Amino acid sequence: MADFDAIVVGSGCAGSVAAYELAKAGKSVLVVERGNYAGAKNMTGGRIYTHSLKKVFPDFESEAPLERKITHERISLISEDANFTVDFSSEDMKPEEQCSYAVLRGPFDQWLAEKAEDAGAEYIYGIAIEKLVKDDSGKICGVVAGEDEITADVVLLCDGVNSLLTEQAVGYKRPPASAIAVGIKQTIELPASVITDRVLAGNDDEGAAWLFSGYSTHGTFGGGFMYTNKESISLGVVAGIEATMNHGKVPVYQMLEDLKAHPAVAPLIKGGKVVEHSGHMVPEGGINIMPELIGDGVLLAGESAMMCVNLGYQVRGMDYAVAAGQFAGQAAAQALDAGDTSKAGLQGYVDMLENSFVLKDLKQYKNVPAFMEGFDRMFDGYPEMVRDMMNKMFIVDGTPVPPMKKSMLPIVKKMGFMNLFKDVRGAMKAL
Amino acid sequence: MSDIKFTVNVDEYLSLNKYEVDESNAHIELKGGAEACDPAEFDKLIRVCPAALYKRDEDGKQSFDYAGCLECGTCRIACGGTIVEKWEYPQPTMGVEYRFG
Repeated sequence: MADFDAIVVGSGCAGSVAAYELAKAGKSVLVVERGNYAGAKNMTGGRIYTHSLKKVFPDFESEAPLERKITHERISLISEDANFTVDFSSEDMKPEEQCSYAVLRGPFDQWLAEKAEDAGAEYIYGIAIEKLVKDDSGKICGVVAGEDEITADVVLLCDGVNSLLTEQAVGYKRPPASAIAVGIKQTIELPASVITDRVLAGNDDEGAAWLFSGYSTHGTFGGGFMYTNKESISLGVVAGIEATMNHGKVPVYQMLEDLKAHPAVAPLIKGGKVVEHSGHMVPEGGINIMPELIGDGVLLAGESAMMCVNLGYQVRGMDYAVAAGQFAGQAAAQALDAGDTSKAGLQGYVDMLENSFVLKDLKQYKNVPAFMEGFDRMFDGYPEMVRDMMNKMFIVDGTPVPPMKKSMLPIVKKMGFMNLFKDVRGAMKAL
Repeated sequence: MSDIKFTVNVDEYLSLNKYEVDESNAHIELKGGAEACDPAEFDKLIRVCPAALYKRDEDGKQSFDYAGCLECGTCRIACGGTIVEKWEYPQPTMGVEYRFG
């Protein structure tokens, strides 16, 4: 007889939701979290698209410690001395079924953990699991937590992008540096009304998401990001690890410092106080680096399974983690009921993912990582080209104006029509 | 030797974070110690570590201090096959503790 029906490793979006589902189904479940509280080791950019959260917690909007609803999407091409921004807002960003919120994982993950605890899940904090327990047949049947061995019929690994357990669980090797990005972020405190005014939001409950390409990484693969919280701004950079370690012109922390000083960003954070400096990896390779999702006695959900998509204009991970956590919890409960938590018994989890947006999206976007990685001109070239074109459009110095064709064509020619054509075609194919 | 230029003092930012530093156990270790590492590999870590834990001073001396680690794992992905010899999570209740995250 095992100590618990299920053990969940990690108390992030996937882990707490999985534990909640298992507890709700009447299973005994233990969550082991290495932080001293849920969220202590977690970081997001970040924004969560809440459609999947709503399926688990229909009343999340009134209960969860959300920051601002995102009602402005901004994308900027920045060169060292210029900024070109697209600013989109729409009433369609507001309905509960399709909205998104800025979040801070410290408070947010504690709320998720509370929901799981209220449903009956047990928690232990402050212990990192270093070893899984296997029975004679090789089936995973528990974890080693500190000095103790704790057993369960099924173990759910929701321990994040830097899981040291997926190798023991399903033989997953360390992913390549080409498929992972490093995220660096500072949380910068400002009064709520100042934030509202600076991002042109309608009120203190609404705000903006902002992505930057170009000088934000000094021209290498990656980009900057900004999300508005209630009384702080999350500002950071995500940079491809391989590209940065081999070709980065400056270290990632200098990228962030220079982004903060850029004329497009500096006024936004002026007078703000940095209160936290954080780092976290982003598994941009997505389905191309996905481990096996199930093994005998084990399931993987969230970033430990590399469930992430970065399209350049849209970054998603937490909504996949919430959905995967829900499916993992439900499938594990069904497998427990059937008395079969072998790999075959847990196949229901993979089927649920296959039939949902999670694996459908990840498959749809499978060529995006390779395209983005080779999309050098988006980081070094296009921001400058756009700046030059806009300068021609907007600057008046009294010299007689040439026909627009004559002023614009040389700028585009410098980039090369073929390159432009190739990039547009590549983007269309990948997306 | 390094031509990696930066002006920011990340240690000041790290001092804003909450840590419980485990003085008795280095959860990350470099092959042969920081000073002995291949400079080209070490440069990679200077570029990607968000906490600027990998440093080279004006005399070219390389150093590494795990105390300000953000536990992101980037050095493990970048150089886990070369100069990063050991990468573990800090001991129970130790390490960084995000208040915002």
